Amino acid sequence: MIQFTDVHKRYPNRHEALSGLSFHLLKGEMAFLTGHSGAGKSTLLKLIALIERSSHGQVVVNNQNLGRLPKRKIPYYRRQIGLVFQDHNLLHDRTVFDNVALPLIIAGENHREIGRRVRASLDKVGLLSKERNLPIALSGGEQQRVGIARAVVNRPPILLADEPTGNLDPDLSRDIMNLFEQFNQVGTTVFIATHDLDLIQTLPYRQIILQHGRLAGQVSP
Amino acid sequence: MKSPTFSLTNYLIRHLQAILFSLGQLWRQPLATLMTIIVIGIALVLPAGLYVLLQNMNNISDQWDDASQITLFLEKDLSETQAENLSSKLQNWPEIKQTDYQNADRSLIEFRQLSGLGNLLDSLPDNPLPAIIIVYPADENLRPDAIGSLLARLEDLPEVEQAQLDMEWLQRLRSINKTIQRGISILAILLSLSVLLVIGNTIRLAILNRQSEIQVMKLVGATNRFIRRPFLYTGFWYGTLGGVFAWLTLVLTMGLLTGPIRELAGHYGSDFSLEWFAGYMFVTLPMIGASLGASGAWLAVSRHLHTIEPD
Repeated sequence: MIQFTDVHKRYPNRHEALSGLSFHLLKGEMAFLTGHSGAGKSTLLKLIALIERSSHGQVVVNNQNLGRLPKRKIPYYRRQIGLVFQDHNLLHDRTVFDNVALPLIIAGENHREIGRRVRASLDKVGLLSKERNLPIALSGGEQQRVGIARAVVNRPPILLADEPTGNLDPDLSRDIMNLFEQFNQVGTTVFIATHDLDLIQTLPYRQIILQHGRLAGQVSP
Repeated sequence: MKSPTFSLTNYLIRHLQAILFSLGQLWRQPLATLMTIIVIGIALVLPAGLYVLLQNMNNISDQWDDASQITLFLEKDLSETQAENLSSKLQNWPEIKQTDYQNADRSLIEFRQLSGLGNLLDSLPDNPLPAIIIVYPADENLRPDAIGSLLARLEDLPEVEQAQLDMEWLQRLRSINKTIQRGISILAILLSLSVLLVIGNTIRLAILNRQSEIQVMKLVGATNRFIRRPFLYTGFWYGTLGGVFAWLTLVLTMGLLTGPIRELAGHYGSDFSLEWFAGYMFVTLPMIGASLGASGAWLAVSRHLHTIEPD
């Protein structure tokens, strides 16, 4: 589903964020991406979301070679990927409902379908009762769950998360991970960058470990 | 990959969404919106008002469109019959299309009506005005030297005391009009440019204000076109509403001017009144505003939107 082959990423300031990285994430797999801060976790996710492009090597996602994807097709490509961020990236002047509806509105879904899917998604993360609230009125854990609801609302085959539990206490973090597991169980490929090692040791998923932009090892359950 | 499929209904719905969304954005900041609209309205109403005045001036001078005419003031001792004979004799000249004879009494009546100096005339022992013949040349666009020689021949007639060409002041009025017209065109272009820049700058600020929102939208798969659309409609609304404001201002101004102008015209014995073009302006001003607004927004959007990418 996600295949890196000898991928290098060098930024304009000559800093080499990733060097010679190769790995393969299978369809329907759930995996963690770990490593010290600055190891290249965020850069790796950005390459998958096409926020950045690799300087060298090949990235293939869902059978598409990202190096050959023209700029104008990037929006349509991104609709296949649900993104979850550490700081949620919610729009603070819109209600929870409107935030979750955004990907569907962008994709041009009709009104009834949007209402149905947004509520299904909010129900899944347990926030159906808060659909009319503004994000500011929610706790950090709830905001993160709104972010997850938005990421999955258009049922993308791939879910990427960058430090989704970074600001949460252990109990809330476990809840969030449980959510990701549920999406994985219905077939979504889930890839989570995290340094919450205590939490992921207890979970039965592969870990891809980065060190200074290189693959330092993989731990399989 | 799901490719973009085109459906007219969806397309229209998206535009409707953008139209309403942009209107809602403006509504949420009523004061800032109102100020922008007023600035645009004032910039639009200046050339529009001058245009209305100019059109009215043209209307006045068009009333004398056949005024390339020569007035012959006849000798005082000429009898009525002699004068009429002269008039019909002149009508046979090939250079002359038509003549109108007007005796001294009628000249007096007309003068009394037009000048408002009736009382003064009453105090004179007898009619000081001569009889006149108005001569309309066959060719209205006679060259100055041709009309000059006609004028000289008419003046040489023994019955004529003086021959006067009525065209000179009209030509002056027309060239004044032409100058003003050009001035208004330049002013209109400059003010249109300022509307364009005002709206462009307002949209630029709106884009920068919503930078993080734009980034999020791009991350969840929004096309540039989707992001651009509400901004273009925002510009469209600014321009349209600015045009409506300009129209209201124009109508109000004209309303205030109507009374004094009617009074002024009354003093000249004229029933002239300002023509407003109110209906024409009601369509034109918002349309011009809308196109300037959308263009200004387009300038801002095409310059700034693609530089905002998620990081």
